[in-house]
Amino acid sequence: MSLDFGPAVALSCRECGTRYDLGPSFACLECFGPLEVAYSFGSVTREDIAAGPANIWRYRSLLPVPTDVTSKQNMNPGWTKLVKADNLGKVLGLRDLHVKDDSGNPTHSFKDRVVAIAVEAARNFGFHTLSCSSTGNLAGAVTAAAARAGLDACVFIPADLEQAKIAMARVFGGKLIGIDGTYDEVNRFCSELIGDPLGDKWGFVNVNLRPYYAEGSKTLAYEIAEQLGWELPDQIIIPVASGSQLTKIDKGFKELISLGLVEDKPYKIFAAQAAGCSPVSTAFKAGHDVVQPVKPNTIAKSLAIGNPADGPYVLDIARRTGGAVEDVTDTEVVSAIKLLASTEGIFAETAGGVTVGVLKKLVESGLLDPSLTTVVLNTGDGLKTLDAIADDAAPTAVIRPSLDAFRAAV
Amino acid sequence: MSVSVRIPTILRTYTGGNAEVSGEGDTLREVLQKLDADYPGIGARILDESGKIRRFVNVYVGEEDVRFVGGLDSATPAGAQISIIPAVAGG
Repeated sequence: MSLDFGPAVALSCRECGTRYDLGPSFACLECFGPLEVAYSFGSVTREDIAAGPANIWRYRSLLPVPTDVTSKQNMNPGWTKLVKADNLGKVLGLRDLHVKDDSGNPTHSFKDRVVAIAVEAARNFGFHTLSCSSTGNLAGAVTAAAARAGLDACVFIPADLEQAKIAMARVFGGKLIGIDGTYDEVNRFCSELIGDPLGDKWGFVNVNLRPYYAEGSKTLAYEIAEQLGWELPDQIIIPVASGSQLTKIDKGFKELISLGLVEDKPYKIFAAQAAGCSPVSTAFKAGHDVVQPVKPNTIAKSLAIGNPADGPYVLDIARRTGGAVEDVTDTEVVSAIKLLASTEGIFAETAGGVTVGVLKKLVESGLLDPSLTTVVLNTGDGLKTLDAIADDAAPTAVIRPSLDAFRAAV
Repeated sequence: MSVSVRIPTILRTYTGGNAEVSGEGDTLREVLQKLDADYPGIGARILDESGKIRRFVNVYVGEEDVRFVGGLDSATPAGAQISIIPAVAGG
């Protein structure tokens, strides 16, 4: 089998640095540490990138994908809008605020980015089935990408997910298995399935393809910098479930600096969790460098990972960059969803309510500098978590079709 | 007590390819000590130099993540199933 992973040259253990050949493996044989893709980048210029397509493949020379990736059957996600959020900024007292709105991806969440990379890895390794454990958004991203790529799909979710996420995962075909348990239990199940003959030739995007998959989140960093005119933001607020996205956005910023694509400057990374599932925030505030798992209880189901694998790295990065990890209650999440919607016309899912809620809290507590360029992520679409605003899901008034009735109602 | 231990793929080189082996001990600590006696070297893969469970390993007794229920001192009743699983990110 001849592999084409573009600029990627090896897998490397993030903990102990042991290197391995590119393959469908995810944990270090020496220390169980997570494996990451290592690269040998050639010269990459802003002009080369700008000449690329309006999707993540404009950064293909920075990603573990085949050189001819643009000719493959792929969802081609990314290049979502960076909205200059002056109205929200004014309400919160921020001078230069932007919302990176990833609800604009093909299946309406940032997960299309990571899955697009995993699909190419699955093809490279000759896998026939695409799979994952999912809190919801990932399941839909995987079944859609598998349909486009002509692969089978079988995905696993906690059985109590939002109806919209279940429908979204089902409509593209493939098997959708609800597991009677939490996400962490689904994840554990998949880890065991992968060592069993039942899971032979399966690409679990967030397990055995995880080193490749996770790299997709770097494209958020690249896009934000390019959309800011090839400048890094001073402050960024990122939601934390497993912590993988935040870790990779930091990696993306560092790569842009080392490749000379942006000027080197300090940036602060802030991590956002829901209070009902805030193991990383709790560890940050307690000064710990390991994360004690919790049992999640929050409406922000896409962030409900009680045992976040990359939690320790989130702590390291928040501390290294001078950021913080903060959490907000479900009530604050709902208020923040409404605030973002009513100021910027962006309908975020609960995870976006978490980041905007944390943004507000950080401004109020003085941890964010309101004079600096700030980016807040919305990673998903409010239509998938309608339950969160169910109390408001009714007309302002119901009237007869007459002007008099309208006059009386308003 | 006699228990069974599920071995992840990356540790099966120690167990001759077996995905499940039998173990012995009243606590997880004892079970892991016996496991290392039976399959020399496997213990150092699960525990770090200071004897704590490595931060990227999850160990379960039955359905419970041992980080919730007493860590290495977790009781391992007769017939318990112990699972050793690398941590994985998700979403």
